[in-house]
Amino acid sequence: MLGEIRQARLLGLLCVIAGSLFLASLLFGSQTIPVFQALQETFADTSSVLALILTEVRLPRALIALFAGATLGLCGAAMQAMLRNPLASPGLIGSASGAALGAVIALYFGSAALSQFSLPLGGILGSLGATLLVYLLAGRNACTLTLILAGVAINSLSLALISLLLNLAPSPYAVQEIVLWMMGSLNNSSMDNFWIMLPGTLLGWILLLRVGRALDALTLGEETAQSMGVDLPRLRWRIFLAVALAVGSAVSVTGAIGFIGLVVPHMLRPFVGYQPGRLLAASALGGAILLLAADILVRLLPAQTEIKVGVVTALVGAPFFLYLIIKSRRYNQ
Amino acid sequence: MSLLRGTALSLAFDDHAILEAVDIELKRGEMLGLIGPNGAGKSSLLRCLAGSTQTDSGVLQLGEQRIEDIPRNEQARRIAYLPQQTEVHWPLSVERIIELGRIPHLEPWGKLSERDQQMIEQVISGADLLPFRHRPFNTLSGGERARVLLARALASEPEILLADEPVAALDPAHQLDVMAMLAEHCSRGNAVIVVLHDLRLAAHFCQRLQLLHQGRTLAVGKPGEVLTPDNLENAYQIHLPDSQSAIDTLLNITWKRIPK
Repeated sequence: MLGEIRQARLLGLLCVIAGSLFLASLLFGSQTIPVFQALQETFADTSSVLALILTEVRLPRALIALFAGATLGLCGAAMQAMLRNPLASPGLIGSASGAALGAVIALYFGSAALSQFSLPLGGILGSLGATLLVYLLAGRNACTLTLILAGVAINSLSLALISLLLNLAPSPYAVQEIVLWMMGSLNNSSMDNFWIMLPGTLLGWILLLRVGRALDALTLGEETAQSMGVDLPRLRWRIFLAVALAVGSAVSVTGAIGFIGLVVPHMLRPFVGYQPGRLLAASALGGAILLLAADILVRLLPAQTEIKVGVVTALVGAPFFLYLIIKSRRYNQ
Repeated sequence: MSLLRGTALSLAFDDHAILEAVDIELKRGEMLGLIGPNGAGKSSLLRCLAGSTQTDSGVLQLGEQRIEDIPRNEQARRIAYLPQQTEVHWPLSVERIIELGRIPHLEPWGKLSERDQQMIEQVISGADLLPFRHRPFNTLSGGERARVLLARALASEPEILLADEPVAALDPAHQLDVMAMLAEHCSRGNAVIVVLHDLRLAAHFCQRLQLLHQGRTLAVGKPGEVLTPDNLENAYQIHLPDSQSAIDTLLNITWKRIPK
């Protein structure tokens, strides 16, 4: 079995990988650019083509991959720890589907074309709304199962409303736009997108800064955690709000990118000795690594149309999910 | 002076009374056994004392202070609670689980101090867990698991330990191991409230017993005063032929664990 690694060493290693992939993400694309020359030209303030590609195309795309991936990894780890369920994903409490619904409403009513802010804003509002609904539906002192069921119900409702909007869409063009957006992509990322996503993402991260120890205590169940000083309703509220803000912001910019939040915590758990608190930072870096890598991959794949990054993460993630099921089946026997 | 005192504690779920004006007192150095039939309210009482269930009425004091006036973290440092069934949700190693016991003592960003490490080592060797310290919890046997969970609770150095049936589903030798750990904790000037179904263990290890029946205290006092034929008949609905001599046997039984 893979063993536990010292936290500083693990985080250092993940940082190096994430950093290298970030640089690679600046380098690779439909055209490989000499990064250092481009950097020089950028700082020399000449509006050269290379500098433009770097600052207007590659940099926002890499930054968004870094932040969105980290958000998905972090929130996935937090959700799995809070619900003590290895199959929980950041989207379980409605944030991702709510964000998708909000964004689709913005696309549908064409307001996205009017202002570039309306799509992400719609997404964040949708995410907050859906999460709030789950919270209200389950109640303040809900047990884990009720929370999961409430999440499933709100997710289904959001997806049904998205289908309704698709069904009633005025033109095939609108349908195509919505469907392509839902696949999840970092294509057409701009620095504006990044700035829009940043505040919600950072706020979510900050809210999750100090939950590690409480999540560790939750390993022993809710009653024991409470007796160890954990204020459970407050912890839940904090994580809900954090996930709604961070995942909502990320999804509204990137579209639905699945499986990162589900898979990354699993991959890293053995290295942190299965401790939920230690997993948070590692999982954030792991999420960033996975999304950066997937986004580089889609740019390098020789395809007529660029494959959407959400499709790649799902193609990698779904088989891994199957593997988890088979492994747990063997474990239970 | 009592370490913990509950006065007129009452609790009801949907008009169904669980606890009715129960008084409870715990003195330093003592092990108090909570006994009574299933559904008597033992676990509920323990949960109320642990703060995971709020009583509807009554006063709960820790030393001289009312429990509401004590910050949550300080409560957690002074009282440890070992629920009836503790599921460990991730395959943490034994050492990592015992480390969790130090959480109430840690600063938000702090790491384990030397003092924390010392306590963890002490508890691991005290609970005879040295050979297992790196084993994942889910690979341990029932007896080993019980010892790990108790060791986790003891690692927080609580002056009061609330243990809900810590010996359920253990064989006699492991029952004795666990009870000996509890007795040792009391001998260091702390105190334990333990829920037990095994009246022999209760009589042997506890200085006082409190017999609950239908949410009320039926009897409280030394084992000999509580375990009377009348009380057993009323609470447990069991009849012992020649009951007094049976109870005398119960009270005078000597348990000894064969040294390993």
